Amino acid sequence: MTTAAGVYSSVIRERWRRPRFRGVLAGATVTAEDVNPLCGDRIRLALRLEGPMLAEARFTGDSCAICAASADVLLETVQGKSVADAVAVTTEDLLTILEADIRPTRMKCVTLPLSALKAALHAS
Amino acid sequence: MRLDELTRPDFPILERRVNGQPLVYLDSAASSQKPRQVIEAMTRYYETSHSNVHRSIHTLGEEATELYESARDHVQRFLGAASREEIVFTRGTTDGLNLLAEAIGRTLRPGDEVLITEMEHHSNIIPWQMAVRDRGAVLKAVPVVGEGFLDVEAFSRLLTARTRVVAVAHVSNVLGTINPVRQIVARARDVGALSVIDGAQAAPHLPLDVSQLGCDFYVCSPHKMLGPTGIGILYGRRAALDALEPARGGGEMIKEVWIDRARWNDLPWRFEPGTPPVAEAIGLAAAIEYLEKLGMHQVSEHERALTRDALDALSAIPDVTVYGPRDPEIKGAVVAFNVADLHPHDAAALLDAEGIAVRAGHHCAQPLMRHLGTVGTVRASFSVYTAPDEVARLARAVSGLKSML
Repeated sequence: MTTAAGVYSSVIRERWRRPRFRGVLAGATVTAEDVNPLCGDRIRLALRLEGPMLAEARFTGDSCAICAASADVLLETVQGKSVADAVAVTTEDLLTILEADIRPTRMKCVTLPLSALKAALHAS
Repeated sequence: MRLDELTRPDFPILERRVNGQPLVYLDSAASSQKPRQVIEAMTRYYETSHSNVHRSIHTLGEEATELYESARDHVQRFLGAASREEIVFTRGTTDGLNLLAEAIGRTLRPGDEVLITEMEHHSNIIPWQMAVRDRGAVLKAVPVVGEGFLDVEAFSRLLTARTRVVAVAHVSNVLGTINPVRQIVARARDVGALSVIDGAQAAPHLPLDVSQLGCDFYVCSPHKMLGPTGIGILYGRRAALDALEPARGGGEMIKEVWIDRARWNDLPWRFEPGTPPVAEAIGLAAAIEYLEKLGMHQVSEHERALTRDALDALSAIPDVTVYGPRDPEIKGAVVAFNVADLHPHDAAALLDAEGIAVRAGHHCAQPLMRHLGTVGTVRASFSVYTAPDEVARLARAVSGLKSML
């Protein structure tokens, strides 16, 4: 039997099963939501900004494992950083952390949380 | 001999391996595979007879026209239409529904109503949204109840003298529900509404007789019926088709043209502007011959047995939720399901790793997904070449899915 390795790296599986940044954020100063038109997946970000710093971040939403894992590692990367550093995160950064070989058809699952974050921070 | 044993040698693609495993193709409701007979008919046409149709005064043009128009006769016979003039070739079911919504749409007046259902594919929703928009007309939908049936009481309440069009799927592309289209068509006629049946998921699987059904319009997609992509079938009852003003213009759909006006061509060419999909029509004719040789009753029976197997096997797996009617006698050749808390796209990707091709997502039926309370489902669907052991392989793979993520 084939394993889920490849697209579903151990990082993705671990973050899907035990997310560290999934949840509601009390006292959020900025929220953002984006939808993947391909699958109808929805990701909601809640951020608490303190001056130029992104003090705290959480996500909720219905999504696949890749999208949820991407959101989880993204928020881990940007929490406690400056807004300037947060918007500088790239898709390549996320792929490196996820250790996954993502096919073009699933790339939007990786980028959805990132585009939502950038839209939220640019709007704030 | 089972139908799959009989047909599989005709489908070259089924010899493929995917991710090191023999391909199990369970996505025929999205698009069926093509038998050698269809592929060869199209190749033969391109190699020997290709040219444009209808006004080419040379041998190739005559051959191409004869083959193209003969495809129309095939479709007439297959659907049980009263005459060949009732068969219009479009680009697909979506295109046929858009053509109807455009043409009927321009006759809608403020207060007129179009009645669809909650289980429609987006292609039987959006064109009607566009048709009612800016005209003061109203789009209404019959809700889905129980295991996935149309709410008959709501239908009776929503169908009124204001209803101009009733547009309904013959078979749901997610639930598999076979809707009572004969009764729906009769009730639509009683209030003077046009009936439009989306037969995309029915025509590949059920014996059809549109004359007996009595609908005004019936649309379906050859690429789901073992035929090629790029061509669609629009049946229109002669009087209904004749009453429609064409909404699309171009060559072939006219008799005489002046700068400021034109006289329309006869049926069915009035609705076929531009160069039609000739090779595709020829492929379609070969697909129809193939299905007719198998017999649509046999096709239906074969797929019903597979649907029954799939329902039994999937329902027996803990944590699997199956959607739609549980009785295969009233269901098309699709089974939609979800596995525990796995996202359908994850489930599909994991199944693909084992060589199993299924559809996953909202299936272009977001209002229905909202009703079901899910972002999407996995969907396995069957055709003439689907084997019982492929359904068994799906069930084995599904039962192992939860531990893979």
